[in-house]
Amino acid sequence: MPDLGLEVLLKGQNMVRLLEGLWIALRISLTAVVISIPAGILLGAMMTRKNRVVRAVLRLYLEIIRIMPQMVLLFIVFFGTTRAFGWDLSGETASILVFSLWGTAEMSDLVRGALISIPVHQYESGEALGLRRVQVYRYIIIPQTFRRLVPLSINLITRMIKTTSLILMIGVVEVLKVAQQIIEANRMASPNAAFGVYLAVFLLYFIACWPISMFAKYLEKRWR
Amino acid sequence: MDWEFIVQHIPLYQEAAWLTVRIGLLGVVFSILIGLVCAAIQYFRVPVLRRITGIYIELSRNTPLLIQLFFIYYGLPKIGIQTDPELCGIAGLAFLGGSYMAEAFRSGLEAVSPIQMESALSLGMNRRQTMGYVVLPQAASISVPAFIANVIFLLKETSVFSAISLMDLMFTAKDLIGLYYKTTESLVLLVVFYLLILLPVSVCGTLLERRLRYAGFGS
Amino acid sequence: MTETLLKIEHLVKKFDDNLILDDINLEVKKGEVIVVIGPSGCGKSTLLRCINALEPIQGGTISLDGEPIDDKSRSLSVLREKIGMVFQSYELFPHLSVLNNVMLAPLKVQKRKKEEVKEEALTLLERVGLKEKAGSFPRQLSGGQKQRVAIVRALCMHPELLLFDEVTAALDPEMVREVLDVILKLAAQGRTMIIVTHEMQFAQAVADRILFLDGGSIIESAPPEEFFEHPKTDRAKQFLNTFTFEAVKTPHKTIKEEED
Repeated sequence: MPDLGLEVLLKGQNMVRLLEGLWIALRISLTAVVISIPAGILLGAMMTRKNRVVRAVLRLYLEIIRIMPQMVLLFIVFFGTTRAFGWDLSGETASILVFSLWGTAEMSDLVRGALISIPVHQYESGEALGLRRVQVYRYIIIPQTFRRLVPLSINLITRMIKTTSLILMIGVVEVLKVAQQIIEANRMASPNAAFGVYLAVFLLYFIACWPISMFAKYLEKRWR
Repeated sequence: MDWEFIVQHIPLYQEAAWLTVRIGLLGVVFSILIGLVCAAIQYFRVPVLRRITGIYIELSRNTPLLIQLFFIYYGLPKIGIQTDPELCGIAGLAFLGGSYMAEAFRSGLEAVSPIQMESALSLGMNRRQTMGYVVLPQAASISVPAFIANVIFLLKETSVFSAISLMDLMFTAKDLIGLYYKTTESLVLLVVFYLLILLPVSVCGTLLERRLRYAGFGS
Repeated sequence: MTETLLKIEHLVKKFDDNLILDDINLEVKKGEVIVVIGPSGCGKSTLLRCINALEPIQGGTISLDGEPIDDKSRSLSVLREKIGMVFQSYELFPHLSVLNNVMLAPLKVQKRKKEEVKEEALTLLERVGLKEKAGSFPRQLSGGQKQRVAIVRALCMHPELLLFDEVTAALDPEMVREVLDVILKLAAQGRTMIIVTHEMQFAQAVADRILFLDGGSIIESAPPEEFFEHPKTDRAKQFLNTFTFEAVKTPHKTIKEEED
């Protein structure tokens, strides 16, 4: 049995430190999700309005955010804006800002997709029954979009969690950074720690995301 | 804005962009191959292999590429599997992309209604002919939007390669920011080069999708 | 006595524990037109699917020209060439033009010459009035047109037996006629056919024999005049009654007349 460097995980506070690192990543992603979902719903609904200017502006925002790698967005906000505006942005604040902008764009696209997938007849038959516009949304459109949207938004959470692994690159101390520190500190005692520790990080992310994905899949099947 | 700095450093970015494109494209090609194999296994419900591909797909889809790369690049050498960074980047991208492609192809296959298959069989076609002439052409066109989204997604994901010391666009930008404090210029170049790579793919994808939608296979 | 084309003996079909077809026996002679009717869920469509081996069967035998049909048979695709089937939902191949839909199987399965197949396909399309649609795609056709193409697609394989599975059920009323006319013409040519339908007048006109299926068994088997005029069983009577309406307004009591 080759030395897999697994014993490092059991030494002292190492596992607890990794979990703390994961918690930081989760906290950032959940904060961004809490901001993104309502903002995305609002923008998504606005995108189905007839006003061309509003639609064009939102579309531009959406396309710019979505075509750039999130890493580039992080760099722009973390390095670029601190320089341009002279403020002092912590890595964590910058990440929350970027992930919220990105999440809002993704969410708004999901909302728009769900709204336009409802056949026009549904709106018309609601109005033909004498419902006011708000009531048509309240009783007919929103309940139908809700079921489509919930699994997709849950998936957005896992995507967000996975994306937070990037914040290592702008110096936030999260799970991967902690892993590096642990490996570095134990270089002499267990030279193979990199295998065991990175495997642990890999599995930690999996344990964080997989149940959420499964739940989304379950809802999708049940509500179809 | 220091234009001279920008012009001076274009070649550096060019080289980095070439690296990004090369690894990205190879990664996409291998993703497609892995995706095709996995989708076929899932679609035809091959025993045992189906379980294995199922586990692979879940592992790959529920972990970030950056962690996958760290494990491949720093972890695997400890048990004797040594790779150079470029190979590692391609392997990581293929590991991630394979599952995304598999899902795209599988859902395309499953979207072709079973009665289409039956009507081909009832014309006397054998399984191979039914797949080749009836199911696959339809499945392919249904998969296109998801496929294009995956290609763009994978090309974007290459931005984490600098973490395993590949000198890609991110690496170059970070390097220049550290060396000269020309933050704005370095970032402008970064954005421009990423746009040069991603915009054409995105535009081609949209055109292809529109053409297929115009062909509208809806019965 | 003409020879038997299709012979079904003691056919049993189950989905899990549900008995769908229970001891079906049927002989179809060359040139005979059988119409199968019965309430929905009685197993009519399943019967057709079993004949074409699209469903595995759990008991009994089906044979065409004396050769057994089962889904494990190696010569299955040869047998299926001899059986043409038309589905309720048309099932044209959406990625192929009308002409290519018709030509695909003759070219790929029977490996016939392209010119010859094309000529035949165009002749057949012309006969159903769709020659000018040869280059169109399925999405550009109406339901009735699609169904006529589907029939031509089956005919072009020179089948000995044609199966029609509720081919007009998905059509708008004004298109039903154009499809049924095609089938009537085929009957006049002496084709052997098994037709599942809900169009009672059509059934009466086209059939040599009516099979009334209920609860997975053949309840009655009789020539159309006999079946429609004097059904023997209560179940058949009840079923036929669902197709007749009785006037609900007696002529003297309409509102207008009361006012007068």
